[in-house]
Amino acid sequence: MPLEILKPGLLSTIQDLGRYGYQKDGIIVSGAMDVVAHRIANILVGSPEDAATIEATLIGPTLRFTTPALIAITGGNLSPEINGEAMGMWRPVYAAAGSILSFQKPVTGCRTYVAVAGGFAIPEVLKSQSTYLRAGLGGYQGRALQTGDLIPLNEPADTIPEELKLQQNHTSFTQTTWALAPQLYYTSEEQPTIRAVHGPEYDLFSETSKTDIWEKEFQVTMQSDRMGYRLSGATLALSEPAELISSAVTFGTIQVPAEGNPIILMADHQTTGGYPRIAQVITADLPKLAQVQPGKIIRFQEVTLEQAQQLYIQQELNIQKIKWAVHNKTHHTS
Amino acid sequence: MKQKDMRFLQFYPLGDSAIVLQFGAIISPEIHHKVRAFANYLQKHPFPGLVEFVPAFTTVTVYYNPWLVSEKGNVDPYEKVLGIMKSMLIKTKENTETYKADTIKIPVCYGGSFGPDLEFVAAYTKLTPEKVIYYHSKVTYLVYMIGFAPGFPYLGGMNKKIAAPRKETPRSVIPAGSVGIAGNQTGIYSIETPGGWQLIGRTPISVFNPQQENPSLLRAGDTIRFIPITEQEYNLRKEQQHAS
Repeated sequence: MPLEILKPGLLSTIQDLGRYGYQKDGIIVSGAMDVVAHRIANILVGSPEDAATIEATLIGPTLRFTTPALIAITGGNLSPEINGEAMGMWRPVYAAAGSILSFQKPVTGCRTYVAVAGGFAIPEVLKSQSTYLRAGLGGYQGRALQTGDLIPLNEPADTIPEELKLQQNHTSFTQTTWALAPQLYYTSEEQPTIRAVHGPEYDLFSETSKTDIWEKEFQVTMQSDRMGYRLSGATLALSEPAELISSAVTFGTIQVPAEGNPIILMADHQTTGGYPRIAQVITADLPKLAQVQPGKIIRFQEVTLEQAQQLYIQQELNIQKIKWAVHNKTHHTS
Repeated sequence: MKQKDMRFLQFYPLGDSAIVLQFGAIISPEIHHKVRAFANYLQKHPFPGLVEFVPAFTTVTVYYNPWLVSEKGNVDPYEKVLGIMKSMLIKTKENTETYKADTIKIPVCYGGSFGPDLEFVAAYTKLTPEKVIYYHSKVTYLVYMIGFAPGFPYLGGMNKKIAAPRKETPRSVIPAGSVGIAGNQTGIYSIETPGGWQLIGRTPISVFNPQQENPSLLRAGDTIRFIPITEQEYNLRKEQQHAS
């Protein structure tokens, strides 16, 4: 039974954790920009963390559930509503057949994730359901969602929390009385500080550039998307010209083209590049970066590789904690 | 020579989830052979926590999951993967088996509507179009890297006599299969995309097939040769493809 798209929003795509194993073939990873919000949305509806969700950007879509559905919305707060009534984020929500999910103004953040229990019954392309826009593959027909799309859903396993089961006859929606505590997830800040380690070509940059990257403010310009964030602020330069040989790049690589404005590579980045890489955003801060709206100001903070990996591990431990907490909440009636 | 290469051999991190092994600082078939040997070894001997790897001109970048590698936070992930890669490098060197693949033949219909810039390249290089085709199809090319677009090969070995600059204004649409020249490089557009290369021909075969288990026809380390074909042959190959 499908999910009907009534309005597509600004850019709504189907994404999972990404298409790994094919970068050596020039195939980009894609996948959710805010991987943590994506994983939590799936955890809340009892799906595997790598199941696909809908990633909506700034202006959310309007969609109709043709059958009852257990859903969860996480990530940036784009003011989700069901049948015109505000619904809670970061918790399981049970939407009745015929109910309409829509979004109002973006309050905080940039990208929101809609997980539906059971997931989308769409084919995997190269072992992933992620939409690869430029090559037109994966996701729903290889493109962003459009008005009139009918996205088929899998028959979900019974993961409906006990407290919602008691109210299944509700005509609009019901939601759990609990939600994840805000300290368990990232809440967007006005001017976020993004932590980064040195990039492979850090030492080739001028002394001024090596100071500016950590001390100056950078604006995420309007020319920013799932491929990369183009920054403006201090212009950065090498201490002397260098011919670089193209090599692999990754999500969070901060590269600097000749004109000096840095670009942060995001989820849809190309697999290889030849620009000098001044820094690399730590994996634990990529979700934070994914939630920065174009036009906003960010700063970078230097950390060591060891700190970055400790933060990575802490983030995983935090997700384990969330998993355990949600499992306990949904499997026991209080 | 060996001495010089060793000086450039180095490992360095690319953020908290990847390590780069660099074999040298110049583009050469010898250095790329080492890239290929290491990538082959890694392909056959994946370690727990390995996500994937990307061979390029002089490097192999190894992506790993620090959480899985760290055994849930008990081991330093960078040091552990570095250790694994170092011991793999030694085993790669012990392995004297050389990689020999057949040269992949890429049929190309040169000129006409498939190669609208062949005349320009000929005029620029002061050669006849026939000579441009001759030089382009005479040599064997080494695939150094797949990048820029899915299945797009970076090829080494083009004769400098047919080098030509990029177009000043890139085309907004270049059909898949187009064969082009930009500077000292030649390549095959794997998907329909905008681009600024001088187009000299088109191949009827698909170098990118997302429905196949190996989606890219070419891999780093392969060698290829362009075979000139007529428009009739081109159309025939296209029809055969549609039929199968």
